[in-house]
Amino acid sequence: MPPVVRLLAKRLGTSLIVLVGVSMLIFTIARVIPGDPARIALGPNATPEQVETLRERLHLDEALPVQYGYFLRDLSRGDLGISLYTNRPVTADIAQFLPATLELILVAGLMMILIGLPLGVIAARYRGSWADHAVRIFTLLGVSAPSFVWAVILMLIFAFYLPLFPIAGRIADSYAIASVTGFLTIDTLIAGNLAAFGSAAWHIVLPAFALSLSGIGQAARLTRSNMVETYDKPFIEMARSYGFPERRIARRFAFRPSLIPSLTIIGLDFAAMLGNAFLVEAVFAWPGLSRYGVAVILRKDLNAIVGTVLIISAMFLLVNIIVDLLIAFINPRIRYSQRAS
Amino acid sequence: MKRAAYILVRNPLSLTGVILIALVVFGALFADLIAPFPEHRGAVVDFANFNKPPEWPYLFGTDLVGRDLFSRILYAYRISLLLGVVVLAIAVPIGVTIGLVAGYVGGWVEYVLMRITDVFLSIPPLVLAMSMMGLLEPTLTNGMLAVTAMWWPWYTRLVYNLTRSEKEEGYVLAAEVIGASRAHTIFREILPNCVPSIVTKMTLDLGFVILIASSLSFLGLGVQPPTPDLGSMVADGAKYLPDSWWLTVFPGLAILVAVFGFNLLGDALRDILGVDQ
Repeated sequence: MPPVVRLLAKRLGTSLIVLVGVSMLIFTIARVIPGDPARIALGPNATPEQVETLRERLHLDEALPVQYGYFLRDLSRGDLGISLYTNRPVTADIAQFLPATLELILVAGLMMILIGLPLGVIAARYRGSWADHAVRIFTLLGVSAPSFVWAVILMLIFAFYLPLFPIAGRIADSYAIASVTGFLTIDTLIAGNLAAFGSAAWHIVLPAFALSLSGIGQAARLTRSNMVETYDKPFIEMARSYGFPERRIARRFAFRPSLIPSLTIIGLDFAAMLGNAFLVEAVFAWPGLSRYGVAVILRKDLNAIVGTVLIISAMFLLVNIIVDLLIAFINPRIRYSQRAS
Repeated sequence: MKRAAYILVRNPLSLTGVILIALVVFGALFADLIAPFPEHRGAVVDFANFNKPPEWPYLFGTDLVGRDLFSRILYAYRISLLLGVVVLAIAVPIGVTIGLVAGYVGGWVEYVLMRITDVFLSIPPLVLAMSMMGLLEPTLTNGMLAVTAMWWPWYTRLVYNLTRSEKEEGYVLAAEVIGASRAHTIFREILPNCVPSIVTKMTLDLGFVILIASSLSFLGLGVQPPTPDLGSMVADGAKYLPDSWWLTVFPGLAILVAVFGFNLLGDALRDILGVDQ
């Protein structure tokens, strides 16, 4: 078995165990809340018969493990139940709202890598200089405010005072784009409508940047501290004594080994972004999972809450598997030890 | 002590952190004396002075029912700090104990404890707290409970990793050789060596608890009105951008100042205590 496949199988196995744990946890929280979930979901005006019917449908009269058994059985068929809020299957709701959120997070993640890593490299290469201090203050500010505060501030400056970017939404209303992937920046290209692509791309800049700011800060700080450590290693001195140019030393010798811990933090930040997307979406009226998530939480819509949390956690675990594989790919030590064993 | 003071004063960023946090804590503790309008913490209306831009005596302007934003921010700080202290006071002992036991005992105990920790760590923190807040009633106590539930695993992971490396040190072996009990080795030998890392993280986390709590209330899942809260103040004000900008900008900056301050302070502590990242 090729080493990468073996690693993948091992990580998938662990993730599956963790995911079952997540489902148990969130299922238990959703079932042990004070009060009758059916009564809460239907509101004060429901008749006792309606409440009884819903209790029956949700198997609320059975013991908790039995309820969980029903849940797993339905889950194995790809059925997360009916949302009491929209009266549609939870899976259909999530399929409708998730792509917008994912698109936002992916662009934010891209910004985090493309801005955060270079900032860290610059700070490390010119450590102690004004550039280093500037990067430090910028990154500290990035992690020091919740993303909704950055969203509001960015919106105020770059949408209201300097009307460079749109205030809300994903795309100008005038475009009707057929949904293929659910990612508007891709769907517009598939449709061959460049003007619509421009509009979609323009709409995503501010929300994605607001979302990525704390990630940029963390990626830059970590890259800097790792690179500073690497700079003290003997092989850097050797490279210097060979007369390699400083640029090449920074890029090739100091940056590469520092990339591995940075990748790990990027995987973890993805988790934070999945949560913070709720905040940014609320500010920019981004039609993603946020409005749905907050609505179902406020209405105590059990099926929808369990489903949403489960999907979000599954995505988080998936990203971390991808990160682990990337690290295994970059790090020769892991690559070869896997091969040997 | 002298060295600590030297590090603090020498680094302008650390000094800034100390000053910011001193101001925030002072403002929160003595809000009754400092706030120009202490009664504005509650459900007061003063329609004669509603929606005023910053001008004397309203330093940060007034909200839509005429309450002084500066006074409300001071009281909001008080609640945020209280929440942060309570959450850490519960989450840290739980997380640290589990981490120590998992790291030192090993075997199936380690496996079970760390997989449970992984479960909590693989739900995005905000999402876990949101779900709990939504399912429970949005009170201050439940807010503390929800944030605590998402916070302890981070300490478990930190202490677990520390314990695993401390375990290999000579002093642990020495304790084992003279027949010290497990509890003694864990809590009297290993734990003291983890304290600098834990204290540093706690300082940073006081800021991050405030950040998460304000995020919850920004989504309407936190402390309910009329209790002043920085997150819900931003959410309420965001509807009136850009005209009534002070409604969002000042509460937002208030969060930024507190979290920024705790971050700088945490970094300074890291230097003083000599903790690696």
